[in-house]
Amino acid sequence: MAIAQARTGDGEPPKVSLLYNPALRSYVYQILTLVLIVWVVWYAWHNATQNLARANMTSGFGFLNSRAGFDIAQSLIAYTSDSTYFRALQVGLLNTLVVAACSIVTATIVGLLVGIGRLSHNWLVARLCTVYVEIFRNIPPLLVIFFWYLGVLALLPTIRTIFQHVKDNPGAIFFISNRGIYMPAPIFGDGFGLVVAAFVAGVLAAIAFTVWANARQRATGNRPPVLMVNLALILLLPFVVFLLMGMPLSFDYPVPGSFNMKGGMVIGPEFLALYLALSLYSASFIAEIVRAGIRGVPGGQTEASYALGLRPGPTTRLVILPQALRIIIPPLTSQYLNIIKNSSLAVAVGYADLVAVGGTILNQSGHSIEIIAIWMAIYLSISLLTSLFMNWFNAKMALVER
Amino acid sequence: MAENITYVRDQFIPAAQPPVSDSTIVGWMRKNLFATWTDSAMTIAALVALLYFLPGAIDWLFLSAVWTGENRTACLTVDQGGALPSGWSGACWAYVGDRFVQFMFGSYPRDQLWRPLLIGGLFVALLVPLLMPRAPRKGLNAILLLVALPILAYVLLLGGHFGLSHVETTLWGGLMVTLILSFVGIVISLPAGILLALGRRSQMPIVRTACISFIELIRGVPLITVLFMASVLLPLFLEPGNNIDKFLRALIGVSVFASAYMAEVIRGGLQAIPKGQYEAADALGLNYFHKMTFVVLPQAIKLVIPGIVNTFIGMFKDTSLVTIISMYDLLGIVKASFGDSGWITPVTPLTGLIFAGFTFWIFCFGMSRYSAFVERRLDKSHKR
Repeated sequence: MAIAQARTGDGEPPKVSLLYNPALRSYVYQILTLVLIVWVVWYAWHNATQNLARANMTSGFGFLNSRAGFDIAQSLIAYTSDSTYFRALQVGLLNTLVVAACSIVTATIVGLLVGIGRLSHNWLVARLCTVYVEIFRNIPPLLVIFFWYLGVLALLPTIRTIFQHVKDNPGAIFFISNRGIYMPAPIFGDGFGLVVAAFVAGVLAAIAFTVWANARQRATGNRPPVLMVNLALILLLPFVVFLLMGMPLSFDYPVPGSFNMKGGMVIGPEFLALYLALSLYSASFIAEIVRAGIRGVPGGQTEASYALGLRPGPTTRLVILPQALRIIIPPLTSQYLNIIKNSSLAVAVGYADLVAVGGTILNQSGHSIEIIAIWMAIYLSISLLTSLFMNWFNAKMALVER
Repeated sequence: MAENITYVRDQFIPAAQPPVSDSTIVGWMRKNLFATWTDSAMTIAALVALLYFLPGAIDWLFLSAVWTGENRTACLTVDQGGALPSGWSGACWAYVGDRFVQFMFGSYPRDQLWRPLLIGGLFVALLVPLLMPRAPRKGLNAILLLVALPILAYVLLLGGHFGLSHVETTLWGGLMVTLILSFVGIVISLPAGILLALGRRSQMPIVRTACISFIELIRGVPLITVLFMASVLLPLFLEPGNNIDKFLRALIGVSVFASAYMAEVIRGGLQAIPKGQYEAADALGLNYFHKMTFVVLPQAIKLVIPGIVNTFIGMFKDTSLVTIISMYDLLGIVKASFGDSGWITPVTPLTGLIFAGFTFWIFCFGMSRYSAFVERRLDKSHKR
């Protein structure tokens, strides 16, 4: 009877106990979750205030303005031990960005080459690339960093050997030692800004010329000499300006000091170890991403391209890679983010990145909550910005279907 | 009539020789190594590089290596105070042999080594049948490995009960710590990851927001900051005067980190299940719990097994980061032994790191081979 009523829809709907009401249940669950979260946060906060009070510590970000009191070996901006903690964190952030950017560029190039190499028809090259990928993919990045830092760079010539080398070859300007790579530092004179401006203008003009050349090729079938013109625009133009301005560039050469080389520019072994390790480690992952992307392009595309008379090189460059990029970009994004995050391993070899500098401040001042909050905020915003940029790039590269 | 048709062959032509590229070594080389000019150039460049590096590497690793010795003098040249000829360089395997027990178990009391060895034996005995597709009783096996073994390991390794002497976690070290950290990370991150993934796809806004915030927060920051958080902030956030074990802190940090990554892998599986499966379960009148455990999750997890194994590999490698919060996992203890005055030589760091790297590599490579095997197996079952 009840079933019949429910079927025909007349009469009262069957009574359901409130216990089984999905909406009510959902509210109860959510309130329980909220209560749990609030309790955990309150509990942590309550304990933290008590613990801080016990240790006679204040909280807040005011400590950032006090004197740092420690030195940082590699710094892109002016920094001394008299600078503030805030300045030290800026130095650390810049160092993080520099090593991450360098590693991303190198890892992408190496990864692209190895990934294509693994698909090569050349048996030997394909095997070598496979061995490379399988070795680096299965070793912790920290170990690779130690390998370079303790195993390789530490075995380079000592500074004393370099002193001897300078005595023997007075003209030498470029040294590799276990304290880093020494090279001449450029000193920019008056008017060098114009050279830079000429370079920027040259690059912009080259881009404009390429766009025009492409349009012209599409319209007439003739390809203007893009490479030569662009080379002239990018290299010759700044060089001419450089000559006209009277060569406003000199170099500061590294010379032996009492205990160390003086002057010049030095790339420290910490940076080198981190940069090499991150690049080579991530390159193995990027190679796999590239390989998967290329194999994701149907074989018919290659055959069609050969049928049109394209050679293997242009086929890869003009037909396969643009399509493979659509498959490659999303995982590549997360790999770039991994490089940025893995750059925090710098702390293991003492390269002054954000985490290393923050760790020093944490140990000195004891403001652990604030430092960790700063770390999280910065890494989260870097991750967010990178993925925003890569999403934009992805949208630009995505197949536009009519 | 038919016998008059002369253009039909009445006997087979003799089989022709296969093309030269498929039959002889020279043909194979011409096809695979010297097909074009660029190919030949690349082959020659690769050969030159191999001939340049490989003999040196083999010599360093095996031929010139020192295999036996009591202390550092065995691996020192005449100039450095040893007996080896000046200019010698090679691996110092004697050092690895001397420190082997330390690299495996840290400072675990030497008379109690049967405890980690027993746990290790049980681990292998339970893991191998679980990995073999044909072995029976998967459910019981999994429960024993994932629930019973950790409890037994806790009781046995830490001691303090049943007449076993108490062993401080500060004495633990080496490969043992690496394996414990990654295994506990796996055991915790799987269920936690499933819960987080379900929460992220839930209809309830508060639960969903909480899960998304947690996952994205953890995934957006490096593991080091999470480890710092576990080792520095956790004691601050607990009852005043607590003294939470350092090993436990690292364990919590690794598990939290792994859970967030595992959640994303499992979410991928959940999204790949067709909507019809959810609706069919609803139509059968299953409640949420039954729908998930009987219909959706078995399919979803099966789909993402390769992703799960990849997360395991990542976690196994990432456990080496606990070195930075001064714990002694395999990498940490190898690195700490570089400062050991008994074995300080110029070749010690490289030898130790190659040993540690090889150990890590064996485990990770094994896992990735297994994941590839599972992938192929699942692939077949889908095609069928």
